[in-house]
Amino acid sequence: MDIKRGAVSGTLESSDVQVTIEPAANGIWLELSSSVMNQYSRQIRQVVLNTLSNLGVERANVTVVDRGALDSTIKARVECAVFRASEWEGAIPWQGLVK
Amino acid sequence: MAGTCEVTSDPKKRLRRTMLFLNAQRPSLMKDAYIYGPDSVILDLEDAVSENQKDAARFSLYNNLRSIDYGTVERIVRINGLDTPHWPEDVRASVAGGADGIRIPKCERACDVKRIEAAIEDAEREFSREPGCTLIMAAIESPRGVLNALDICESSERLFGVAISGGDFRAAMRTKYYPSGVEMASARGNVLLAARAAGVQCFDTVFTNLDDMDGFRAEVIMNREMGFDGKSIVNPRQIAIVHEIFTPTDKEIREALRVVRALRQNADEGVGVFLVDGKMIDAAFLSGAEHTIALARASGVLGEAL
Repeated sequence: MDIKRGAVSGTLESSDVQVTIEPAANGIWLELSSSVMNQYSRQIRQVVLNTLSNLGVERANVTVVDRGALDSTIKARVECAVFRASEWEGAIPWQGLVK
Repeated sequence: MAGTCEVTSDPKKRLRRTMLFLNAQRPSLMKDAYIYGPDSVILDLEDAVSENQKDAARFSLYNNLRSIDYGTVERIVRINGLDTPHWPEDVRASVAGGADGIRIPKCERACDVKRIEAAIEDAEREFSREPGCTLIMAAIESPRGVLNALDICESSERLFGVAISGGDFRAAMRTKYYPSGVEMASARGNVLLAARAAGVQCFDTVFTNLDDMDGFRAEVIMNREMGFDGKSIVNPRQIAIVHEIFTPTDKEIREALRVVRALRQNADEGVGVFLVDGKMIDAAFLSGAEHTIALARASGVLGEAL
């Protein structure tokens, strides 16, 4: 999926995560801050990168501000931000691109 | 007992004393509300979610359904109304995620249920779900819906019940909440009659004032006395009160068991009317007594009463 514009998804509430996606010239650039940085930063990074890879995103600047979200919440917020940023129209490919 | 096994094995007739609304857009609510043990949760894509977050709520819902183990708690999704552009994608996300059922808001006619049913059938095919596994409940929120309640109750094989939603109804009737419940009497009476005639479940509207737990308790007692199966609720604090009031007491269970036993015995001996604990009992009491026993079994208190 192509990132055509900047988009945000999620909030800064406890148990949530805010994901900002912007177009980039090449590669994935990920900036992460988390309330549980020390314990989970590697895992959060992994979930974000896996989700982007499943969606076929190859170029993006991604900023993630985590407030202790579950993996499923991180995945949901990344997906929503990507679909918004790609200006997707039409049915969402549940069980396809959206695993 | 033939009549009692149904309650637990047929998903349409399962125990639904409490149906707890949760905003599908708020992970903090979604992730642990089931721990409080409602019979069902209603993951809400409609009123709780603002217009510009409808897409985000669907991603959140889908991933929540796919990854969080709710144990025995039933997962219903309240989709957006038929008068919005949102409901077709809401249905797809719910079915793809594996929701147990869909709650249709603002239901006014049987054809409203049929439209959602057709969309569910398509989605079950698209996402390889077992045909028929996604149940339907309809929320009745308007005078027209109340008047069409029987048609709505008989509109689909998938429909397990109807819920009354009081907010819009009170406004349409130009009244407001009163502790006596008189303003909801026409809706409660009519929708209950329709549900019972059609053999589906019936749930009362939410009680939103969390500071008035006495008022809540009084309303739940009235619900049980009227014959409702349960209630839509907005806060985990309301669960224990509803379960306490809707679960048969030991005395009620023992009475019901005595009635069923006596009915069998007397039927064998050709006696139609007889006394149990000083009360006149005939065949009309059988279904009520069996329902009490089924409710006790489903609530996990049958063993304690024996």
